Amino acid sequence: MRVYVKLFAGARELVGQESVALELPASATVGLLRERLTEAHPELRSLANHAMFAIEATYCDNETPIPENAEIACIPPVSGG
Amino acid sequence: MIELTENPLEPATLLAKAQSPDAGAVVLFLGITRRMTGDRETLCLQYEAYQAMAVKELERLKNEACERWSLTACAISHRLGAVPLGEASVAIVVASAHRGEAFAAGQWLIDTLKECVPIWKQEQWADGKTEWVHPKGNDEARITNDK
Repeated sequence: MRVYVKLFAGARELVGQESVALELPASATVGLLRERLTEAHPELRSLANHAMFAIEATYCDNETPIPENAEIACIPPVSGG
Repeated sequence: MIELTENPLEPATLLAKAQSPDAGAVVLFLGITRRMTGDRETLCLQYEAYQAMAVKELERLKNEACERWSLTACAISHRLGAVPLGEASVAIVVASAHRGEAFAAGQWLIDTLKECVPIWKQEQWADGKTEWVHPKGNDEARITNDK
């Protein structure tokens, strides 16, 4: 399945795009997504290691399966406030 | 009330809404764009959010604060875009019958906001560089632009 990952702040700036498309197997988890994202965009490696991922605007962990057509976001360490 | 806005924050409005005969204590926290970080000078901060999720997370924090403490009011407003020196990027107002709960809830809300809510600041340094602030991540990957 093809997924689109939203990027923000430093991650967006490193890649130069607001989102990236990745091809993942149907049973993919967030952990696999993290690996594939950094393979496709090595410039993200150190930031992606510390990043969280969100599915449908909810934080999830590496074991979370990725549903089809879900809204996925890479959340690098936050700095609001 | 939860709000993300590109406009200057209006703490007086938030305070007025929180004030009531049941609230013996109203606490306001403002996070302000500070000039100096160590020996580096900031010109401006630029804030960006994953807006749909940031609103959802702020609602979650507000609900959790209302469960943990007995609050009569709770409002969080975060500014996005450019926040000049001396202006507020975040305003948190909590009210309760007695001051202990309002202080505790206010402290918890700003501490947790800084850990969880998908909002990011970019430093615009006086030396012309810009830098996204990613605690932890930045130790290894400093996302710096020379302009």
